Amino acid sequence: MLIEPRQSVSALASALAPVVAIMATLALCSVLIIWTGTPVLNAYYLLFKGAFGSGFAIKETLTRSIPLIFTGLAVAIAFRAKFYNIGAEGQLYCGALAATVFGTGLITLPPAVMIPFLIVVGALAGGALLIVPVLLKTRLNVDEVVTTLLLNFIVLLLVSYLIEGPLRDPGALGWPQAASIIDQGVFPKLLARGRLHAGLLFAIIAAVLVWAMMKFTVLGYEIRAVGYNPKAANFAGIRVNRTVIITAMLSGGLAGIAGVSEVAGLKGYLTLDLSPGFGYTGIAVAMLAQLHPLAVVPSALFLSAVYVGADAMSRAVNIPTYIADVLVGVSVLAILVSVMFTRYRIRWN
Amino acid sequence: MSDILDILLTAGFWAATIRIVSPLIFGTLGELICERAGVLNLGIEGIMTVGAMAGWMWVYQGGDLWTGVLFAAFVGAIFGLLHAGFTVHLGLSQHVSGIGITLFASSLSYFVYRMLLPNATTPPKIKPFESVPIPILSDIPFVGEALFTQSPLTYLAFLTVPAVWYVLYRMPVGLAIRMAGENPMAVEAQGINVLSIRTGAVMAGSALMAIGGAFITMSWFDAFYFGMINGRGWICVALVIFASWKPGKALIGALLFAGLEAMQVRAQQVAGAAIPYQFFLMLPYLLSIVAMVFMARRARYPQALLVPFRRGERI
Amino acid sequence: MQPSVTPTLSFNGVTKRFGSLIANDSISLSLEQGEVLALLGENGAGKTTLMNILFGHYVADEGTIAVDGKPLPPGSTEAAIEAGIGMVHQHFTLAENLTVLENITLGTESLWSWRQNTAAARAKLARMSEEFGLRIDPDAPVGALSVGERQRVEILKALYRDARILILDEPTAVLTPQETDNLFATLKSLTLKGLAVIFISHKLHEILAVSHRVAVLRRGVLVGSIKTADADRNLLAEMMVGHTVTRPRLEPMKAGEPVLELANVTVTNREGRDLLKNATLTVRAHQILGIAGVAGNGQRALADVLSGLAQPTSGNVTLFGKSIARASPAAIVEQGVARIPEDRHAFGIIGDMQVWENLISEDLRTEDISKLGFVIDKSAAVSRSEELLERFDVRCEGPHAQTKLLSGGNMQKLILARTLSRKPSFILANQPVRGLDEGAIAYVQTLLLEARTRGAGILLISEDLDELLALSDKIAVIYHGRISEAFEPGAKSVPEIGLMMAGEVAATAGRIVVGGKARADHHAD
Repeated sequence: MLIEPRQSVSALASALAPVVAIMATLALCSVLIIWTGTPVLNAYYLLFKGAFGSGFAIKETLTRSIPLIFTGLAVAIAFRAKFYNIGAEGQLYCGALAATVFGTGLITLPPAVMIPFLIVVGALAGGALLIVPVLLKTRLNVDEVVTTLLLNFIVLLLVSYLIEGPLRDPGALGWPQAASIIDQGVFPKLLARGRLHAGLLFAIIAAVLVWAMMKFTVLGYEIRAVGYNPKAANFAGIRVNRTVIITAMLSGGLAGIAGVSEVAGLKGYLTLDLSPGFGYTGIAVAMLAQLHPLAVVPSALFLSAVYVGADAMSRAVNIPTYIADVLVGVSVLAILVSVMFTRYRIRWN
Repeated sequence: MSDILDILLTAGFWAATIRIVSPLIFGTLGELICERAGVLNLGIEGIMTVGAMAGWMWVYQGGDLWTGVLFAAFVGAIFGLLHAGFTVHLGLSQHVSGIGITLFASSLSYFVYRMLLPNATTPPKIKPFESVPIPILSDIPFVGEALFTQSPLTYLAFLTVPAVWYVLYRMPVGLAIRMAGENPMAVEAQGINVLSIRTGAVMAGSALMAIGGAFITMSWFDAFYFGMINGRGWICVALVIFASWKPGKALIGALLFAGLEAMQVRAQQVAGAAIPYQFFLMLPYLLSIVAMVFMARRARYPQALLVPFRRGERI
Repeated sequence: MQPSVTPTLSFNGVTKRFGSLIANDSISLSLEQGEVLALLGENGAGKTTLMNILFGHYVADEGTIAVDGKPLPPGSTEAAIEAGIGMVHQHFTLAENLTVLENITLGTESLWSWRQNTAAARAKLARMSEEFGLRIDPDAPVGALSVGERQRVEILKALYRDARILILDEPTAVLTPQETDNLFATLKSLTLKGLAVIFISHKLHEILAVSHRVAVLRRGVLVGSIKTADADRNLLAEMMVGHTVTRPRLEPMKAGEPVLELANVTVTNREGRDLLKNATLTVRAHQILGIAGVAGNGQRALADVLSGLAQPTSGNVTLFGKSIARASPAAIVEQGVARIPEDRHAFGIIGDMQVWENLISEDLRTEDISKLGFVIDKSAAVSRSEELLERFDVRCEGPHAQTKLLSGGNMQKLILARTLSRKPSFILANQPVRGLDEGAIAYVQTLLLEARTRGAGILLISEDLDELLALSDKIAVIYHGRISEAFEPGAKSVPEIGLMMAGEVAATAGRIVVGGKARADHHAD
């Protein structure tokens, strides 16, 4: 078996790659569905219906996609520079913490200022978490995968301590939670009923801004150059370390905003289970989007649909909700292979 | 300070250290083999999870402990084969494939567990490995209780260290593995198939990782909890760097780490109210980062780590 | 020696295609015992491809190979080794972190055996070392050996496996003239013992010196094979290229003001070794200063300092009197310096980007490329690229082509287009024609000469002494990080220069002093 690079990458193939990956994922996971005794097409129909089958479902899917767009963008930018930021989960919580610290009464500003203010502090907090891993990488060549991952665990423990202790909301009964975000900081709802909030608009704006940055600016060029070939980029005069650090800050910042959005937009207060793994799912979102900022939006929608649909599906038939996580895991592997085929051909000797 | 000394003088502390180190030894050696051959295996967290679930489930469904361990190793090897397929044969990103495998293997474990035990609210238990006192040695005061009255899997873990050393440094196949991680072209030029060597190494390493996971559910505890591995896999990746990819140093690193963790559990009981328990729990992760930083400058990476080998490229 | 009826090795109609490129076109060739067959051709002619097929790295699309009349199973290096074929690759297949013994014994014992028989291996290696006059320390880590020593390990590796047919792919690229003589002496003794040798090269005088027969490849086709005794340089050159190609000639020119000066520059690496020691040189306008030397004697450190990739530990580097010792690559480019890197794939271009993007990689913040300093003016960049592609004859599908798909020659022209279009006052040309075919070589050299006429000062680093002698106004020799006084090419003979390249230490045949000699610093940064 020989793997040959193709002469050119067709745009059509690139556009189809995620579709093929998704089809393959659904096909492979149907094995598990068969095992549960449910007819496959019925199960996937229920999944689809659970995500899009009613006004309520669509609103849920959209709401769930908001943090995924942000973490997807975070991962996409980082991976473009070949900076493997697996710490989006921790950065998300950092952003949520910052929003809690500043948004629960410490400072009061009119909503038009308060909301951007919370977004900014959340982004700064998220970016700050990456300072240590990125400096370790640029100065000492320490692999960022493990450092960013381990920080996730550390941050979660920190959050646990803070909401059981100093940040605990004394008025709340039951599981520990932090105080609520003040009214001025709460994101406005987009629709009268339901949980859909302005975070969606912010997320889409972020996607457009990131896309514009990557496509039109010198920084975008530098990020791509560093990701493709850091030695040649350095030789040409690009400051590689500076570029990687800026990328990391942007990446962490976006993940931090995801946290702000969940606290100030959705839940209203910080809890330990704020994120069921958005940081990790963001990796799947970015990969399915082939690291393209605009494609992150539909990719996030799709993966959000998988989770929302799986919840509904598990209530209707006997399929554990973990099927959603399996679908996500398989889709990461499937898109990896499917993108390869757009660039290489296999010759069987 | 005297508290620490007191703790060090209890046999219980050392026994705990040896127990905690066992999965770390399997995981670190497993990752070491993969990386020596040139393949970073970030699927370790997922493979340990699936090993933990598979081995436990085998026993729960009526099998015996040792075949359960073998089954766990087998399952681990299969996931290793998958990772090798993507990274070695197709030359895809080792980082992304590994993360994908972790996501896939963990979620699959939880899915299968939930399917087979849909109604369990408290996790059911199995009868785990019982500690086997080594005759004569276990009667030695203090040391006997600490070191020689452990689970058979622990003895296996410690035996694996010299075994891996021997394979890598004294057997022709080990030389081929090391060479594959340094200069795969050199391996090809001697008529050995690099892809086969790398695949075999990744499968063997993954099998070890899975046994490490199985230790937790079949020897240390007796049930399978969600999130059980809790980052131990990533800590093993850090330990491999700390060990400079050498089996002996891997054992030392794992022991240091396990000792600190055992200490942390006991120190918590002593310090108790003064310092919140979360900070004690943070220590393992912080220490892993420190260990990586410490070794960063000195590390002599296997030269071909992360570099895929593509046949048919113009030489 | 009795001529055998069946040739030791024969190729029959071997054909190999890579996509639409025909690398080998129906090649039929034979080799006798005790013969040195030279395989001559310019870069890209298909010599290495043919040998890779022989050694099992590639599988031929058509044709067969026979060893002593028996067909050779295709695509299996193991089978080739079994049949007695050994290959010394152009890029050494050695693991630097492992010892000489480990590198040599890999694959010699079954992978499933329980123990390595190290004692027997040592004994055999010692025997071979003695027999062939190639001494080496079996426990030395390969990373500590000089380039010449590493080549001996590669040869021993093949001989250890009882090779009867030895392939040497461009072996002299990394040797001094004296080491080359040693190698030829070794080859002579090997052939007397009955080995057959295939010697790949594009250096005519070496082929005339060492081979019995020459087979010439051109664009994948075997043009002909003749006895070396019947050949001369002109005939071979013409067979090799197909028409007379004259390389550009240096017109004498009066040197101008100093452009670049190094004053006592020392570069020390992380481990404390001096890669460059008190280096002093001057390059003037209208002048090409050639740096001769065996690979690994500090050329890389010199190039890195002048490219902005490394900083001198002491000493000063000035451009028109202004210090650039601490300058970053970006600052150096801004000062009007053009750099042609040694490894164009790794440093010169970003393969995954498009051609127009590579053409602006050093101009990102200039007025004509960026608006407001942070937005890229794509249309301006693309139209400028079109103009440059035309002017510098870069053959590709257009500014939007993927750069990694360009041929070596066109990639080099792209790099030249990028750097020379800005009319630099100083050019660092590091192995500028390595790996290029004759046409591209002539073109690149012409461009350099034009720049010199225009007034630029050029520092030409090359491992090809012939090239340096033909193109330099002055030559200096680098050895162990020290640079000699510059002299005119006619002022010293080639053997004299060779001695300087070897550090004025006469290397007697077969003896290597490990540890005292130049340590290869390919990876010393």
